[in-house]
Amino acid sequence: MLKIKDLHAKIDGKEILRGINLEVKAGEIHAIMGPNGSGKSTLAAVLTGNEAFEVNEGAVEFNGQDLLDMAPEDRAREGLFLSFQYPVEIPGVSMTNFMRTALNEQKKHKGEDPLSASDFLKLMRDRKKLVDIDSDLTNRSVNEGFSGGEKKKNEIFQMAMLDPKLAILDETDSGLDIDALRIVANGVNKLKRSDNATILITHYQRLLDYIEPDYVHVLYKGRIVKSAGKELARELEEKGYDWIKKEFEE
Amino acid sequence: MVKIAEQDTSLLNLFNESRNLIEKDASPLVNQWRTKAEEAFRQLGIPSNKVEAYKYTNLQPWFKAQYAYSFSENGYQGKIDEIFKCDVESMESHTVFMVNGKFIPGSNGNVLPQGVVIGSFFELAKKHSHIVEKYYSKIAPVTEDGMVALNTMYATDGIFIHVPAGKVVEKPIQIVNILTGEKDLMVNQRNLIVIEENAQARVLFCDHTLTQSRFVINSVTEAQIDGTSNLDFYNIQNQHNGTIQVGGYYFNQEKQSVLNANYFTLHTGIARNNIFARLGGEHAENHISGLYLIDKNQHVDNFSYINHAVPDCESNELFKGVMDDASTGAFTGRILVAKDAQRTNAYQSNNNLLLTENAKMNTRPQLEIYADDVKCSHGATVGQLDDNALFYLRARGISKEEANILLRFAFAYEVIEKIQMPELKEQIRELVEKRFRGELDKCDSCVVCGQVDKRGLSCV
Repeated sequence: MLKIKDLHAKIDGKEILRGINLEVKAGEIHAIMGPNGSGKSTLAAVLTGNEAFEVNEGAVEFNGQDLLDMAPEDRAREGLFLSFQYPVEIPGVSMTNFMRTALNEQKKHKGEDPLSASDFLKLMRDRKKLVDIDSDLTNRSVNEGFSGGEKKKNEIFQMAMLDPKLAILDETDSGLDIDALRIVANGVNKLKRSDNATILITHYQRLLDYIEPDYVHVLYKGRIVKSAGKELARELEEKGYDWIKKEFEE
Repeated sequence: MVKIAEQDTSLLNLFNESRNLIEKDASPLVNQWRTKAEEAFRQLGIPSNKVEAYKYTNLQPWFKAQYAYSFSENGYQGKIDEIFKCDVESMESHTVFMVNGKFIPGSNGNVLPQGVVIGSFFELAKKHSHIVEKYYSKIAPVTEDGMVALNTMYATDGIFIHVPAGKVVEKPIQIVNILTGEKDLMVNQRNLIVIEENAQARVLFCDHTLTQSRFVINSVTEAQIDGTSNLDFYNIQNQHNGTIQVGGYYFNQEKQSVLNANYFTLHTGIARNNIFARLGGEHAENHISGLYLIDKNQHVDNFSYINHAVPDCESNELFKGVMDDASTGAFTGRILVAKDAQRTNAYQSNNNLLLTENAKMNTRPQLEIYADDVKCSHGATVGQLDDNALFYLRARGISKEEANILLRFAFAYEVIEKIQMPELKEQIRELVEKRFRGELDKCDSCVVCGQVDKRGLSCV
């Protein structure tokens, strides 16, 4: 589904990603962990097409297409989804209008008819139940006045609405209380199928108690320095990142 | 003192040559004011940008005697109902047509509550001389503003609305101001609105152009809002790029009265709004808002002056603008709190969105506070679309263009929300969206007279 080859990216002339290699197949959950500043969020931003970053080397293939060649909206329409670390507040744009526009633009891209108002509302109700989100949130402007936890839940709700092939969750767990974390994790687990995939970007192992990854990668100084099964997460939780850093420096 | 420019003399000359025609059959009370207005105009002239209040809008190049001027008729031959087809869909109203500043008789369809008068200023000023005597030229600053002086010299017709004490006009009163004709034209329209004690009315001014001629408009509206009465006022401007309009709106509020005034500049050439509201009775309040959406070389200047003359009044002001291409905007928010006007609440804010590097905005709050127990605040912002928000929308599959429109609409939304009539709110919402999509047509009209007849002569 996703093939990243020797990806380099920089911002303001400073290289943050320095040769990333990663392959994600359908049905898999990958966790990318690493200390602060290792380039985790940059990877998410580059994959979704944030223009603040410049890709200076490497290639990314998404379902056989050149991902880096696409505009952010086209990546989304092809089935890529990012759960933002810091969801943006957009006063004046209602959640309902936002989701309807997004969904219908994606449908148009696939050559499908737009949803009727009643079908759309039905879908909203359905998805809200699935991810266990307050119905009140969708009556408000996008993220406006939402608490941190509400914003993250709202990201998962959007994910449920748009049904992506590949979802990247950028530190969706950070700052979440245990209840919100459970809701977020439940949402991700319920949406998991054999034909979609998830990349969890996280600093802590806690989220992985709820979502079981198939692979765990450690990102350090812009490279993946270690990949293993889910047991690696537990090891990191116990020993911290220092031993990895040490190993890498040597 | 501002030097009198040459063009001012031309308007003075024209006035003196045509005075007989202008005064013919008009109310003597209205005629009486012309001498005073002429004296003032001789001193003030057409304001240039050297006049502080007109710093960002120089009117001298536009107001000259070179334009066609018709003192007796509106210069339009034909039937108005052939032009404007009134398909009343969602909202019924009392609809009145003005063509080139002159009232069109018989264009008012619905039965009015007893005693309520809506009609031609020219006619009704003669019939209701006690009202004219009391309010005409008493609310607008005839001797202080060159444009009001000019209007008072030339004023012949306009709209006259009188709602007697205790009367409630439930259906909105819609004034459709149409500019049309093959010749470039100057119009000095004069309106008088009197809402007596404990009465209520909603008044819409919809400004349209139907032909491509250059239109230079200088309109003055005086409105008296008596104690415990209520006026909702809306102005929707959808005119072509060659239009220059100076709209003066002068409100005088008595105790416990409420004024809501909303200005939507959807399309125009050069627009200057002078919005003055005097809070002259305790516990009076007003809510004044404006939305201007401009592009190309369009220019909009909103000048507001809220006068807190007595204690315990409240004013709220919100003006927002979206400026594209090389358009320019200006906002002045003057608030005066008189010495004894204690416990005044006065709030003002002006927010602007510049979409290009060539668009320009000048905004200046001017608060003069002479009382010591007041709550006053003001704020002004000039900014660009939020890149983070844009990316967020695109990351969900929304195209750049659509995301742009969504964000602009979100910015404008706050002002649209101020509209009290749901049907009008919906209509304006649609018009604003059309405007952002570049689909606004000058045939797109206000709420009641939704559609111009496609078979008519109207939509050029």
